Amino acid sequence: MNRTRIYFDNAATTPLLPAAREAMEPFWNETFGNASSPYATSRAARMALDGARTSVAKLIGAHADEIVWTGGGTESDNWALLGVAFANLEKRGHFIVSQIEHHAVLESAQTLCELGFEVGFARPNALGVVEVGEIVRLMRPNTLLVSLMSANNETGALQNVAAVARICHENGVLFHCDATQSAGKMGLDVDFAGENGVDLLTLSAHKLGGPKGVGALYIRRGTRMKPLLRGGAQERGRRAGTENVPAIAGFGVATNAACCDLESNTAHLENLRDRLENGLSEMEVEIIARNAPRAPHISSFIVQGARAESLALSLDLAGFAVGTGSACASGALEPSHVLAAMGYAPHQAKSALRVSFGTQNTVEEVDEFLETLQRLTERG
Amino acid sequence: MAMSGGVDSSVAAALLVEQGYEVIGVTMKLWAGEDDPFAAHRFGGCCTVGSSEDARRVAHLLDIPYYVLNLQDEFHARVVDDFVAQYSDGKTPNPCARCNEFIKFRAFLERADELDCQFIATGHYARIERDADGTTHLRRGHDTRKDQSYVLGMLTQHELRRVLLPIGEMEKPLVRERAAKLGMAVATKPDSQEICFVEDDDYAKFVIDRAPQMALPGPIFDENGVKVGNHNGLARYTVGQRKGLGIASANPLFVTKIDGPNNTLIVGSREKLAHDGFGATRATWTQTIPRAGQKVAAQLRAHSVAHAAQIVAADANGFEIQFEAPSQGVTPGQMAVLYDGDEVVGAGTIE
Repeated sequence: MNRTRIYFDNAATTPLLPAAREAMEPFWNETFGNASSPYATSRAARMALDGARTSVAKLIGAHADEIVWTGGGTESDNWALLGVAFANLEKRGHFIVSQIEHHAVLESAQTLCELGFEVGFARPNALGVVEVGEIVRLMRPNTLLVSLMSANNETGALQNVAAVARICHENGVLFHCDATQSAGKMGLDVDFAGENGVDLLTLSAHKLGGPKGVGALYIRRGTRMKPLLRGGAQERGRRAGTENVPAIAGFGVATNAACCDLESNTAHLENLRDRLENGLSEMEVEIIARNAPRAPHISSFIVQGARAESLALSLDLAGFAVGTGSACASGALEPSHVLAAMGYAPHQAKSALRVSFGTQNTVEEVDEFLETLQRLTERG
Repeated sequence: MAMSGGVDSSVAAALLVEQGYEVIGVTMKLWAGEDDPFAAHRFGGCCTVGSSEDARRVAHLLDIPYYVLNLQDEFHARVVDDFVAQYSDGKTPNPCARCNEFIKFRAFLERADELDCQFIATGHYARIERDADGTTHLRRGHDTRKDQSYVLGMLTQHELRRVLLPIGEMEKPLVRERAAKLGMAVATKPDSQEICFVEDDDYAKFVIDRAPQMALPGPIFDENGVKVGNHNGLARYTVGQRKGLGIASANPLFVTKIDGPNNTLIVGSREKLAHDGFGATRATWTQTIPRAGQKVAAQLRAHSVAHAAQIVAADANGFEIQFEAPSQGVTPGQMAVLYDGDEVVGAGTIE
């Protein structure tokens, strides 16, 4: 049976860095203790949590006590919205989320509506960027929080998070930023270079070379919110549940690696993307959000007249893993809500493929991909 | 290989692998159903997450690639909308046959082309024989109780040349035995029966949800045009139905006609259910168009007997059939499949 030889779906998940895997190793058996217990084997676990917390804080310019471990990006997104809502149950209020957020944000917003809050959905422009004016237009006196991602997971388009953060603070509104896709791929600072920046920020380990099942929520000191998971004093009472020590240790090391090689990694990813897009421009392909500022590792494009689902499966049979729309529980592919929000017709959205690079990818792989794609589209 | 997660298509896939084909397993996601992931019906039956998980496990066991194809838009447009429209028009549609024609063979064949596949295969109990020149013959399955040639009746040479039916020669108990031997957990899975998108087999509710006028009460007339009662929504009746009419009568009365546009039900005695023949539209012919006078056996429902008949007229669009003896079961909207012995000659939709 065919196996994946070339992996181009790093926005979905990344392979675990060997150093991260090594860092996780002792915590399965040797020092398996519960980080909250008082004895020696637990102290080591506790130290691992602290070390990783410092690493993750450094990645985004935060204080270590502002980093809370979660079960992943989805939990962080859910918590950011619901935690603020739970702190405002008496008066309720209004939230703003963009239409191009991950479903972890969009479906939490749906839950907010069911809880009696109001939600405004901010539209992106044709380049997949939510303009600051759109946020201003939706802002109300009772707006509690604005949620806007830093880089979109399908198009890579960077959002105006610094400007939106400023507007939020001028209006006494909290700002949540889902940084799942940009963290470790580009410079990121919770203060946005001196501005009074983000209040809540979502991170996920497995998108930057760490293990699956762990993430973090940055919570600025003094942010008014409530826990989502209850029943334990872990994480200073903010997030109950025994910490996933091995995974957190791996997250910390992966973060260090990303911090350390940030500039060279970014340059490498940009080089791969540009090589891909130069090659694509010789085919009947439209690159999505090409003229927007973008994260370095994501390229989405519409292959005119092709069915992306079949193309992705043919590519898989040929040994390439690429993304299409979001996958559902059964594994079937649904057309992208992001492309729909940008104004693409359903038939165009069904012709869209996403390539997302990781540091392990090479230019030779890009060339091989272009050759295969050309062959498959000509076969059409 | 179309894999539903059931025992038939699972064994069919295994047979193809044994025969040396390069096999790609595929489940067609046709129907999203309710949004509530905790709803009980989401855990079983066709087209659920559970069934694709069964199929995925079998594909893994056979070490073949496996994908779920999203055909929900096509299914909704071609099958579900048509089901509701036909019902509202007083017909009794056959969505499974329509799904086979438009989705499981036609749309699936398109996808197979896009994946550069030479054949498509399904787990139906029917046989395809190939002549030296490539012409194919569609015949009843070896297991006559399980025979599914009826629901494949509308396939033409265009599809049949590229279809493989690996279990058509087998009997069901042998298929189950084979699945058990292969270590497949689906060996004992019950057969699916109902229309896959109608929950709890409640057609009336499904149709009324989408065509509310089908719940409106209206008059019941006898064959002489005399009003004999009231019905409580046409969605709740089918031709041939006796129970639930709420009419006191010396002789048992049956629904003989459903008049959708006039929201009217016509009832009559049992004899009125028998017909001398019928006309059909949307004809398809497996080989060439048969000549008038040819003897055939007309089967009007899945798993029912075929009636001896002869063709009165036939062309590319439709045909007319005369039974040897008056026969029941002529239900507008249902598919009629014509057989010569055990070979399918053609099919059409009863007018």
